[in-house]
Amino acid sequence: MSRRAFQRGAKSNISSLTSQVSDLKSQKMNRIKKLFQEKKNILSIYYTAGYPNLGDTIQIAEALQKSGADILEIGFPYSDPVADGPVIQASSKQSLDQGMTLKVLFEQLKDLRKNVTIPVLLMGYVNPVLQFGVENFCKACAEVGVDGCIVPDLPMAEYEEFYQECFEKHNLSNVFLITPQTAEERIHKIDGLTNSFIYLLSSSATTGKNLEVGNTTEAYFGRIKALNLKNPTMIGFGISDKQTFDKACSYANGAIIGTAFVKAIAEGNLEESVSNFMKKFRD
Amino acid sequence: MKYKVNEKGYYGDFGGAYIPEMLYPNVEELRQNYLKIIADPDFQKEFHQLLKDYVGRPSPLYLAKRYSEKYGANIFLKREDLNHTGAHKINNTIGQILLAEKLGKKRIIAETGAGQHGVATATVCALRNLECVIYMGEVDIERQAPNVARMKMLGAKVVPASSGSKTLKDATNEAMRDWINNPVDTHYIIGSVVGPHPYPDMVAIFQSIISEETKKQLLEQTGSDQPDYVLACVGGGSNAMGMFYHFMDDENVKLIAVEAAGKGVSSGFSAATTYLGKEGVLHGSRSILMQTEDGQVVEPHSVSAGLDYPGIGPQHAHLFKTGRGQYVSITDDESLEAGLLCTKLEGIIPAIESAHALAYLEKMEFKGGENVVVCLSGRGDKDLDTYIKYFNL
Repeated sequence: MSRRAFQRGAKSNISSLTSQVSDLKSQKMNRIKKLFQEKKNILSIYYTAGYPNLGDTIQIAEALQKSGADILEIGFPYSDPVADGPVIQASSKQSLDQGMTLKVLFEQLKDLRKNVTIPVLLMGYVNPVLQFGVENFCKACAEVGVDGCIVPDLPMAEYEEFYQECFEKHNLSNVFLITPQTAEERIHKIDGLTNSFIYLLSSSATTGKNLEVGNTTEAYFGRIKALNLKNPTMIGFGISDKQTFDKACSYANGAIIGTAFVKAIAEGNLEESVSNFMKKFRD
Repeated sequence: MKYKVNEKGYYGDFGGAYIPEMLYPNVEELRQNYLKIIADPDFQKEFHQLLKDYVGRPSPLYLAKRYSEKYGANIFLKREDLNHTGAHKINNTIGQILLAEKLGKKRIIAETGAGQHGVATATVCALRNLECVIYMGEVDIERQAPNVARMKMLGAKVVPASSGSKTLKDATNEAMRDWINNPVDTHYIIGSVVGPHPYPDMVAIFQSIISEETKKQLLEQTGSDQPDYVLACVGGGSNAMGMFYHFMDDENVKLIAVEAAGKGVSSGFSAATTYLGKEGVLHGSRSILMQTEDGQVVEPHSVSAGLDYPGIGPQHAHLFKTGRGQYVSITDDESLEAGLLCTKLEGIIPAIESAHALAYLEKMEFKGGENVVVCLSGRGDKDLDTYIKYFNL
């Protein structure tokens, strides 16, 4: 064995040891893993932080937990959200206009774990994270009790090179997306990098399009199921009612609702809007 | 090769492909194929044939006598304004439409600011009989009405971008959203040296015809293929990259990139990216962009729609950071005055974009006899309304 190969071998032994240690740590800590072990038909709700009013972030989280949400995805808004449709784009703009920043959000989230016990992810675009500083961002997430992140425009290669170490150090999961066009080899690579769940997009689309489960979508969901991935999957994009939710649950461990929820809380009493919306799925 | 892209798609600290998974297959398909397709002799033959017979290349390198007298240096204008459709943009759209055909794409989308790239895209779509959708900011639709009419005549559908500042940045967002929603049969012709890798490199290669010709023409006219200075305006930076491309490794050729200062760099109404911006990620690549402390993109301002963009291409960011290029800026007023001056001295009405580059001549000091090439990236027909209003003509 060459010296270099030996060093590489030694390094990978150490890193597998480290990952075992961090696995042990995360078994204790990781709310996401625990949830997927215990529950089926998981319902994850996305909402934009600071919308409809700047100070609503925690109230929505608590109301969602109370009415049966299993996971929260709190969006930190960005001025140019290219993966989002008009509804989430508009909520992001309103939130930004009201003064939301990552700094403000982390300040609000100091109260997150007073009452919220379910897993919480932060979702947003990479540039605000870069400006906040990757290390600062991960540290702040860990401090307020965030379990992981979804950053749609952070590609796998860049994640591995510049972010992974920091995410793992702070015990944060990074959730990757796959689409009907994602190649099988890449799906396996994503599965290998993931330690929470994989976000399965029902189609290649910006957020807010309706889910139409035709033959090709069914074939795609079936194809993913047959891959026997080590991580659970959640179907997202296009889930808006009980029927589409149930359909998604028949192919995956659960589903993610975003646009339909953001629309539902635009007006009226927040507690009531949340509870009325959730009744459709949790009765 | 010091300033060219590396295998990972980076120029020093800048570049990469920061795209959602939905765009990955399309961008990856391009990345794996673009160099191979471009290098193919059949592709090269067809590309150069069209540039010659359809675009009207080579574009002249014109020694502007009255400018030269005024400034005491030999001022050459690279006449991209004489190309078919009136600007350098068509060099890139011819290249990309041929490439899209090779990849079997049936539908073309593009963003446009001034409308020049939209017209150039709609033109090649008509030429090759492909469906064409152009995204354009609402503000730009208003200030560039003749180009909107042109695109419609050419059979393109013009979709207004109504979010944000309703200009080029927002048109780019909408085009990216369209591509996400149409992942299989659509090719996105990005009009500048921005976007995820391989776009900045691909667009630079297609635009590099500008400096390739300039070198030959300079050699014929001056006996040397190396000028002292080359100047070009920079929004995203495609005409500048085309103008700089074959001079980048000649370190004694000074590269001057002219950004739009708008109403002044400190006025809050500016598009002077290198002056006002910080490193960050926009539209798929890591570069320099105008943004808040929180990483939100700041809305730019320039009288010139083609320069009204809050970022620059990653290769420009690299040239800026390494000091290889000098990045300067010109205000709205200075550019309009320079446009009028060019018209009076040389009988050429330049696009307001190009007038930014011309305006910088006023700020340079020449010893006498230097050879200076300015990229006259487009003609000013589309800007007549703005000129008329400004000068009360």
